[in-house]
Amino acid sequence: MQNESLSVRHLISIRDLSTADIELIFRTADQFKEVINRPIKKVPSLRDITVANLFFENSTRTKLSFELAEKRLSADIVNFSASGSSVSKGETLIDTVNNILAMKVDMVVMRHSSPGAPVFLSRHCPAVIINAGDGAHEHPTQALLDAYSMKEKHGELKGLKVAIIGDILHSRVAMSNLICLQKLGAEVMLCGPKTLIQRPLLQQPGLLISHNTEEALRWCDVAMVLRIQLERQNTRLFPSQREYARVFGLNRALLDKVGKPITIMHPGPINRGVEITSDVADGPGNIILDQVENGVAVRMAVLYLLAGQIRIPDSA
Amino acid sequence: MDKRLLLDARTLQIMLDRLCHQLMEDHDDFSQTRLIGLQPRGSLFARRIRQRLEHFTGKSIPLGLLDVTFYRDDFRRRDEPLVASVTDMPFDVEKKKVILIDDVLYTGRTLRAGFDALLDFGRPEQVQLLCLIERKFSRQFPIEPDYLGQAVNTLNTQKVVVSWAESEGQDSVWLLSR
Repeated sequence: MQNESLSVRHLISIRDLSTADIELIFRTADQFKEVINRPIKKVPSLRDITVANLFFENSTRTKLSFELAEKRLSADIVNFSASGSSVSKGETLIDTVNNILAMKVDMVVMRHSSPGAPVFLSRHCPAVIINAGDGAHEHPTQALLDAYSMKEKHGELKGLKVAIIGDILHSRVAMSNLICLQKLGAEVMLCGPKTLIQRPLLQQPGLLISHNTEEALRWCDVAMVLRIQLERQNTRLFPSQREYARVFGLNRALLDKVGKPITIMHPGPINRGVEITSDVADGPGNIILDQVENGVAVRMAVLYLLAGQIRIPDSA
Repeated sequence: MDKRLLLDARTLQIMLDRLCHQLMEDHDDFSQTRLIGLQPRGSLFARRIRQRLEHFTGKSIPLGLLDVTFYRDDFRRRDEPLVASVTDMPFDVEKKKVILIDDVLYTGRTLRAGFDALLDFGRPEQVQLLCLIERKFSRQFPIEPDYLGQAVNTLNTQKVVVSWAESEGQDSVWLLSR
């Protein structure tokens, strides 16, 4: 039996995690994956922990995934969504959270539209904070589950060629994945229209960039397709969805032309027929639903490892 | 560190064979019996038991490996959480006779967690406990073995170390004193 713990108290950014931290999360997730495939898919580890899921921005799968992970660990949970709350009456973030923490909450899972909201909270609140997506900044648990799914499929991340294709500009998934994959030794190529890739990334030395989906596919072992985030686009960055699909979208004909096995990933939700066609999203090589299953196991690992650092008061 | 040999390879082998014969007396043809080793150290002992049982009976006997980390009662009471080992339960335990196997029985807390973990895989007809070494007078839960290699008197400051040829290079049991 070994003792090991994460080097961080919160999970705010994938940047804060060391390679050893990520490997510990993966090893723990392996065991939770076995747990969630048992007849009784629940363990009692977090039975005296209360988790608040604060979703200031819409979410379906991340919220469900965290909720399931918390329930499988026997945590008590409270859910909050911004619509219909006092936030719409003008309450500040810190007041909202402090009010919730006054009810003796140990951990906060938060999604917020402002980049940096979780780090701000971690400096002003005593609870453990897990970032479930902050604006276009980061989505660390998604990066972890994506890397975990790639490792599961390919065995090793070192030297694996991963193309992230689509709306990089608005994607917190892209940023977290880029950092996580580079930490783990994978090679990353970003692919999309020039208008959908941040200028600093275009100029980053050593980072592979392509504006041609076919070229990216010929290069990669794994194609991670990102959603075109129509709701975040105030200015028109490409002419139309139809044109985007034609020039940058993944379809069966393109994959057949490339003619090699490529693992297809998508963090969801999918705009079918825009960034990816149904015959690719549901076709051979896709691990999209494995990503969803692994999401629960990886989030259980993160919750378990962070909760392990919250000492029971009289046990010190 | 003072080191005293409790069992050498030969005595350990005799003990393993004796435990196997006791099991064979009680468990008929083993068709309704499931062996489960507690991870990490109990599973090494359980593999040996299975190997000898298969030798004596000429039958293939299934073995499960159960990790109890997520069921422990000292989570959040340690400086660092324990890292879980693999759980591999290739069978159903519903209405079966389960033999839980661990190398050293000390406070009984690991076994307590083991019962909780086991019940998540079904409701066995009976659960028995097989241990190689029992540390006397140190139990914190009312748990006693059904099959036992040897009971030893130890102090809380001492440690019992079980070594196996496949992992440590030799079969032996040692008592370490500070």
